[in-house]
Amino acid sequence: MALDDLKTKDFAFVGTRPNRPDGLDKVTGRAKFGADAYAPGMLHGAILRSPHAHARILRIDTSKAEALKDVKAVVTRADFSDKVEFAPGLEGEFWNVLENVMAGDKALYDGHAVAAVAATSALAARDALKLIEVEYEILPHVTDVDKAMLADAPVIREGAADYSVPAGMHPNVVRMHESGHGDVAAGFAEADLVIEDHFTTEATHQGYIEPHACLATLGMDGKGELWCCTQGHWIVQKTCAALLGIETANLRVTASEIGGGFGGKTTVFIEPVALALSRKANKPVKLVMSRSEVFRATGPTASASMDIKIGMKKDGTLTAAEGIFRLQGGAFPGGPAEFTAMCAFAPYSLSNVRQVGYDVMTNRPKQAAYRAPGSPMAAFAVESVIDELCNQLGLDPIEVRLKNASREGTKASYGPRFQQIGLVQTLEAAKAHPHLSAPLKPGQGRGISCGFWFNHGGETSVSLALSEDGSAQVMVGTPDIGGSRASMALMAAEVLGIPYENIRVTIADTATLGYNDVSHGSRVTYASGLATIKAARHAVEKLCERAAKKWGIPVDAVKWENGCAVPSGPNAGDFDPLPLADITANMGQTGGPISGHFEATPEGAGVSFATHIVDAEVDPETGKTRVVRYTVIQDAGKAIHPTYVEGQYQGGAAQGIGWALNEEYIYGEDGRLQNSVFLDYRIPVASDLPMIDTVIVEVPNPGHPFGVRGVGETSICPPLAAIANAVSAAAGVRMRNLPMSPPRILSALKADG
Amino acid sequence: MNYHSPASFAEASRIAADASGITRFLAGGTDVLVQLRADIVTPDTLIDIKKIPGTGAITRNADGSWTLGVAVPGAELGEHAGLVADWPGVVEAMNLVGSTQVQGRATLTGNLCNGSPAADSVPAMVAASMTATVTGPNGDRTVAVRDIPTGPGKTSLAKGELVSALHIPPRGENAGDAYLRFIPRSEMDIAVVGCAVNLRLDGDTVVEARVSLGAVAPTVLLVEDAAAAIIGSTLDDAALDRLAAAASAACKPINDKRGTIEFRTEVAGVLAKRVARIAYARAKGEIIKGHHG
Repeated sequence: MALDDLKTKDFAFVGTRPNRPDGLDKVTGRAKFGADAYAPGMLHGAILRSPHAHARILRIDTSKAEALKDVKAVVTRADFSDKVEFAPGLEGEFWNVLENVMAGDKALYDGHAVAAVAATSALAARDALKLIEVEYEILPHVTDVDKAMLADAPVIREGAADYSVPAGMHPNVVRMHESGHGDVAAGFAEADLVIEDHFTTEATHQGYIEPHACLATLGMDGKGELWCCTQGHWIVQKTCAALLGIETANLRVTASEIGGGFGGKTTVFIEPVALALSRKANKPVKLVMSRSEVFRATGPTASASMDIKIGMKKDGTLTAAEGIFRLQGGAFPGGPAEFTAMCAFAPYSLSNVRQVGYDVMTNRPKQAAYRAPGSPMAAFAVESVIDELCNQLGLDPIEVRLKNASREGTKASYGPRFQQIGLVQTLEAAKAHPHLSAPLKPGQGRGISCGFWFNHGGETSVSLALSEDGSAQVMVGTPDIGGSRASMALMAAEVLGIPYENIRVTIADTATLGYNDVSHGSRVTYASGLATIKAARHAVEKLCERAAKKWGIPVDAVKWENGCAVPSGPNAGDFDPLPLADITANMGQTGGPISGHFEATPEGAGVSFATHIVDAEVDPETGKTRVVRYTVIQDAGKAIHPTYVEGQYQGGAAQGIGWALNEEYIYGEDGRLQNSVFLDYRIPVASDLPMIDTVIVEVPNPGHPFGVRGVGETSICPPLAAIANAVSAAAGVRMRNLPMSPPRILSALKADG
Repeated sequence: MNYHSPASFAEASRIAADASGITRFLAGGTDVLVQLRADIVTPDTLIDIKKIPGTGAITRNADGSWTLGVAVPGAELGEHAGLVADWPGVVEAMNLVGSTQVQGRATLTGNLCNGSPAADSVPAMVAASMTATVTGPNGDRTVAVRDIPTGPGKTSLAKGELVSALHIPPRGENAGDAYLRFIPRSEMDIAVVGCAVNLRLDGDTVVEARVSLGAVAPTVLLVEDAAAAIIGSTLDDAALDRLAAAASAACKPINDKRGTIEFRTEVAGVLAKRVARIAYARAKGEIIKGHHG
């Protein structure tokens, strides 16, 4: 969807770096996050969780807990809507969510909710949980993706597979994706070198610093209020209404400030439970997860087992590529196998390509989106093989990638033809970057990788209202997870021609704006930005009408320039520019309040590519890795607020470093999660990271009025591979399994002799 | 839960001796309060000992030995120039525990009595031949620090007993100590392996040594074979290799989420060499700052 009115230069506000509007509140502790809400008469909730990886729930006796004076409600699965029934396939998602937030017949993973209590204090609620008796019949479990596909693996749920899965596969394989084009066998035959290899990645958690928290009120009249930290409150509204059996409009959901989401807050976990407790107790109920609950019972990303085969000619031309991707998505369908497969070879122009993805269920928590879900692991496997091909053929890794890079018009590995894209520009920028030619010290290695993400549009609705003094308020429906209020204000300022500081952007609640899709898919600056620009233009049309009326000339003889209505040309008449504030000052008398509005599902998100350069140093005696230099180069289309674009680049790289080196879900033989606290779930601390340099490449996206492409997710696609290539070069041994923890590296070094 | 803040160790001991159920002593609280909040241990009796006079004092005695109050936080150890000059290894080990905020509260005594085999300060205290005064219903006794932990979460302290002071021997001449731990990150982590070395030189030759390992057995180990490997040497490569081999040989680790048997055994030797070099350089009078990770 190319827009006729694409503006790519001569910006007054876009591209500047003002302070974020939420900054003062956040640095002074005034910002209200999920756990910061209080209500009169409020109760505190707590959730009882299964200690077993897989168990049939034979009996739940809540009588002792209910007998306590401080306990005002206990809920189990029986307290949810009976309207939500299981339907196979995608239609069953509400049922899946219900089953996940409160177990039905079976507990499907360690940490699965089985009952909940609301009491007069958080401690009383916690102690009451200990009085709930649950009788389990322990069942065999499986937590590993490859083992879950073996014939003798325990079945998580019969009949969960959809039509895409071929007959004869294990029932834990619930979806299959296959795509590609050309003839891979013929392609491999043309190659001078074919490398086939196997790679694995572990499940990692988004690690947002704010645990899930909410305050829920649901009355006997079926009307509810919910305050929660979420990336999208309309999906919370819709899902909770369905799970509680009330009408969507009767539940008003307000999004709190959010302490990180990264995809993990795009669904519900505790919100329906708090609402059910509230309805039963007839009091507001606050529920706050502990960190351990966050790890055990929210959605980490999928783990993966992958086979890659790529053929290359001596001159570096890729002749064919094939990948099989098995994604472990926990005890429910939904692992991002399709995305993994589709992203895997997207950076390259390939005549022969085939990719297969399997979504596999295990006894682990239901995976949730995590920043470009599925893509980073694919890049790890594919870019490792490309690195190895370059090494063995003595080819320059940048030149080989440039030679094969997808460009405008390339038929993508996953089907469509690319429009205007910026991969080549990121590779050229990498080639020119001083990092690439900086000398390495002994024990250090350098790795590069490309990465790809689709980006997303989604349902979007924005309103903008002008005040009498000429300031503007913008109501958007996408929670601000990356500085988007600043970006929205900059885009509105650009159109209206009024200062950034005179625009206040608010995340509207579900009762005050139309439906908005979640803040995911790197869509916010793109889609809410597009809608903000259009809403501002809508207001500008009305401002021009008022000026035309005042001047007594036709509206098409008025145009908007630098915050003023002006005659569109000499023939339109001789009038002084009429500033916005002069029009709004008496708008009540000239036709009423002036607002702008826009709603759509924009389709022109514009895909995004990045190239990362990493230097790593490996201690050969301990296997410990230090990332010593890191450069992110990524196409932003147009950076509205460059500081927050750079922040997204750095954040993706930082999370990628954790995923590559030390983060992992560790399960014991008993199927229990061993490391459900930050002490042992090792995300990088500040001192683990080098300064992450960034280069913003701007190849405008024709689908956005200012050329924006989403930037939030692509930044985590290359790191796993770039770091693995750097570590492999430093250690002198190919690392095929993540995380590249010190024991794993030391053991690879020993095996290598 | 009953909270007490006695004015003397004798009173603290009496309260503990008379208490039933679970008793915890509270100084810095960086283990007790965390376990309480996480619903791991809810004591029936909580005895706050940091209000007892003298528990916040760092004292250099006339003979050059040191007496440390049980509530002295890590941060104060790190800021005490005299103590750092004498026992840099003990101080750097304690300073590796937790974050800057935790350092404002956490104590050597707490780190010892928590009974974790991975406690950072304990190998350094053992290498330094530190002792503890233990106050109990029958009065005071002196116990070697190495004899206090008996297994993960367990100590040799009897009901009604508590550590009332820690003692470091006089530093003496030509001596140095050091501690290093292995963690996959750079800070805010728990030792996968810890190693402390305390040695004394005569000229270039090591004449006394104590080598201690953490996180490789149910308790912190004092490895006499490792010490013997370097005593009489100038810490040449052959001696260092013998030291590494002896350190690795002493390991009885487990496979867990933090590391494998194979890895811990190997890295114990690597660390022993690195730590010995630092202790040796310090004994030679070099100032080597504490290492983070």
